[in-house]
Amino acid sequence: MRRLLVVLLFACATVAPMRPAAAQDAPKPPSNDDCQACHGEADAKRASGSSVAVDAKTFAASIHGQLNCVDCHADLQTLQEYPHADRLKPVDCGTCHTDEAVAYHPSAHGRAREGAGLIVAPTCATCHGTHDIKPGDDPNSRTAKANVAANCGTCHTGIKERFDVGIHAAALRNHNAMAPTCTNCHTAHGISRTDNNAWRLNAAQECGGCHVRLVDTYTRTFHGKVTQLGYGQVAACADCHRGHDILPPGDPNSSVAAGHRIETCSKCHKGANAQFVKYDPHPDPTNYQRNPVLWYANVFYWVLIPGCFGFFALHSALWFNRSWRERRK
Amino acid sequence: MARTAEITAPATRYVSRFDTKSRILHVVTMTSFLGLSATGVPLLFSDATWARGLAAILGGFHTAGIVHRFFGAALLAAVAYHLADVLWRAFVRGERGLLWGPTSMMPQPRDLKDFFKQMRWFFGAAERPRFEYFTYWEKFDYWAVLWGTLIMGAAGLLMWFPETASRIVPGWMFNVALFVHGAEATLAIGFIFVIHFFNGHLRPGKFPMDLVIFTGKVSDQELRQERAEMYDRLAKSGELDTMFVPAPTAEQLRRSRIIGSLGLSIGVALVLLIVYAVL
Repeated sequence: MRRLLVVLLFACATVAPMRPAAAQDAPKPPSNDDCQACHGEADAKRASGSSVAVDAKTFAASIHGQLNCVDCHADLQTLQEYPHADRLKPVDCGTCHTDEAVAYHPSAHGRAREGAGLIVAPTCATCHGTHDIKPGDDPNSRTAKANVAANCGTCHTGIKERFDVGIHAAALRNHNAMAPTCTNCHTAHGISRTDNNAWRLNAAQECGGCHVRLVDTYTRTFHGKVTQLGYGQVAACADCHRGHDILPPGDPNSSVAAGHRIETCSKCHKGANAQFVKYDPHPDPTNYQRNPVLWYANVFYWVLIPGCFGFFALHSALWFNRSWRERRK
Repeated sequence: MARTAEITAPATRYVSRFDTKSRILHVVTMTSFLGLSATGVPLLFSDATWARGLAAILGGFHTAGIVHRFFGAALLAAVAYHLADVLWRAFVRGERGLLWGPTSMMPQPRDLKDFFKQMRWFFGAAERPRFEYFTYWEKFDYWAVLWGTLIMGAAGLLMWFPETASRIVPGWMFNVALFVHGAEATLAIGFIFVIHFFNGHLRPGKFPMDLVIFTGKVSDQELRQERAEMYDRLAKSGELDTMFVPAPTAEQLRRSRIIGSLGLSIGVALVLLIVYAVL
């Protein structure tokens, strides 16, 4: 008992001086109810006439519903006089969502907004909303897989139109959970320009996440090998298959359909003709049906190379052995 | 006893074995082959951990490609020159000995006999064969390089000018060309940097290297030992007396050793990289 008392006394003595004296005197930050007093009015407006209403129910149902207004609108924490200034500091989502912020700032969107001052470039809120943010797995979320394309399409209308034509959009409409949407290839926060090597090289791996065999056969070609070496100047997936309006080869509108191959190859190979496009960008030496001559070449060298090396390895070993013995004599 | 006598023999005499033209041809072939290998291997083993690094050392993929084409053209030019030279000498100047006989590169019945005798020698069941001007493994080297250069050169040109080539061959030939180019490269690199290096340079008796291809001169005693049949034939006809040359100078030997060791080291290094990539 005595011992417990000592411990308690010690604890009080240590903790008490650490409590900031100022905390008691500082004004209480405004509560959500304080904010709602004005912002809860559906017709609350700025001087300029734009709405500043925040629907309490919508906010409560959002993923941030448990937070205080001033957790995000941090410059209002010491607010004493109402109404507050017209323009607040932009909310810094990065305070909590550090990784996303780190990815966003150097991204194409981040640089456009923060570097080039392009105010139409998106911030967090442009894609995620503000007071009504829902988690990505909520089907009503702006960032739910089914809604991503429409979300990006708000600005990238032309791309969205092309994407909708493609086989991936069709698969998404059929609720195929494997089908990629914008963010699968471009990522959500670290979106980069698509004309740099790093992105092009990464893209082939991204497609390979599902199209394993096709990327494997691609890496047997000159295109694939050069890409593997880290040089993006040669054809990767999207150069032939297009990036957004990707269609299967059987579809006459596909860039790799029989009727479009000359046009597609000609993008790099000026003068490509009907003979030229008989090239197989995904060859398989073990598939006789698809590449008969390649199949024979494969068999030929599988006999020649081991045969030649085997024969001469034995020849050299025997020779070495004999010369060694003769020299020791 | 015989060994001691050889060692204490007075000033070693040298015999001319390779003329300047042949030696230049070997240096050009060797340099371009090393250059082709070094710049081609990163692409052949593009998934190896060292591929990007090696390509970067060679000036990046684009530069490596230009160097590769340059050496490819040099090797093809060397082979074309050699073929034209052999044909001209054989058919215009009437040197039929180039096509058949003891001094010809043409495989002949005696090569088969030499081969089987060499096999028996390997097992201690016979004396070393008495070789002529070219041994059977030297002929194999020669024809392997010729065959390899023609196949790889054709495949390489196809891929160098695909749009033009497609007027003659269908596009799937580019698939075959790349595959064959890579398979022949594996064969050639393995053969030259392992088998040819061993046969020509690294085996006991030659180690670390045989300088005859660089100096063009072989010692009288080595020639007699290595190519007894040739030595006796030349001695009997008296031709040998016209083939004696001054011993290679110190400078010549030094230069030959530098070129030889550079070639050997690059080749062995490339083989080690490939072995590392495959294992």
